[in-house]
Amino acid sequence: MEEQLRNKAKELLETGCVKVVIGYGWNRTKTRTAPVFITRPEDADRLVWNPLCVNNLSVYLTRKFKDIQALGKPAIVAKGCDIRNIVVLITEAQVRREDVVIIGMTCGGVVYRQELWKGELKPEIMPTKCANCGVRNPRVADFVIGERSSFTPPEAPTGMVFDKIKAIDAMTPAERWNFWIGEFSRCIKCYACRQVCPLCYCERCITEKNMPQWIETSAHPRGNLSWNLTRAMHLVGRCTFCGECERACPVNIPLNLMNQKMIQVVDEAFAFKSGYDEKTHPPMIVFSPDDKEGFIK
Amino acid sequence: MAFVCNWCTYAGADLAGTSRMEYRPNVRIIKLPCTGRIDPLFIIKAFENGADGVLVSGCHPGDCHYTTGNYHARRRWIGFKNLMEFTGIDMRRLHFSWVSASEAIKWVDLINNVTGEIKKIGPFMEYKGLK
Repeated sequence: MEEQLRNKAKELLETGCVKVVIGYGWNRTKTRTAPVFITRPEDADRLVWNPLCVNNLSVYLTRKFKDIQALGKPAIVAKGCDIRNIVVLITEAQVRREDVVIIGMTCGGVVYRQELWKGELKPEIMPTKCANCGVRNPRVADFVIGERSSFTPPEAPTGMVFDKIKAIDAMTPAERWNFWIGEFSRCIKCYACRQVCPLCYCERCITEKNMPQWIETSAHPRGNLSWNLTRAMHLVGRCTFCGECERACPVNIPLNLMNQKMIQVVDEAFAFKSGYDEKTHPPMIVFSPDDKEGFIK
Repeated sequence: MAFVCNWCTYAGADLAGTSRMEYRPNVRIIKLPCTGRIDPLFIIKAFENGADGVLVSGCHPGDCHYTTGNYHARRRWIGFKNLMEFTGIDMRRLHFSWVSASEAIKWVDLINNVTGEIKKIGPFMEYKGLK
């Protein structure tokens, strides 16, 4: 697979079809993978593919990274789940489909934390999204590399995130409040969740707007709550549960719970799953006169 | 704290006033052009600045002055209401309603009910006590 990927990247660069290949490469100690940006065909051998390729590289297609956009037309090495994010970027007019070459990788799952990797991929070290993955064979891709996966996700989603959501739903409002305040009290406002998120592409984030100051920038519980709720709200109907925000969080706030909960709400209310169809608008920018709710009196 | 739209609920509240109806004085009304203008962040900010309860109200579906503003708002609230519930905010503190320009009586009842409900549970000490 790795060989096929390198050949494909070399071919794309040699023909001048793309100017840069965004992919995974080794770090210096070969313990983790890091993003690499290949611009010369002879460098294509730096590309790697293995279960440590956990990063969601679609973030480098957004306008947050003007210097990468300046390199020219990109090709991106993407897992099925990363492609879902690219699809959302396409529906939101951030990228045009013809402006990016997607090299889809069939994927058998990745590791949740790279330090857990002992040379063997076991279900215990995979994130919840991999156990319920319906896109191991990439859907929207120009090239697919690797053999077809025959994995079918379980009927009812399973995993730690789903179990925890059920547990939180069963709590009383006061217990839920205490749970979330406890989690958010650790937030240090480093904004790693925002920086790593492929869908947080605003050039000026609401938290940086200070006339008026909508969100307190100090790491105070009140501002922490506003920040995390606002970010969750901005991702409603868009988040694809790639899990990068929680992985990037230095204080381990379970952001996946909140985002997955909102994915379930959107699915129930609007029968919409984000990132599968580049022709459908995200649910929050359209409406239907028949939307159902039971709480507006 | 009540966020209302200019064209229906504000006019409804105005009608209640010109008809000299009495209702609880605890509500502070903020008029916005349309319910579609109400960012969920306004509601969070209201709680942050010490509101004990928030009411959001606008035109009935189909009656929006800007044709579709309240449909967009309704979608947003479906998401937001569930998010607030998941965070553990007592849903007796957050109310959504449709009040038209002619429904002064509905407005009066709504304010009385909402105020009564919030008075029963008292000030939002959980939020105010965050340090």
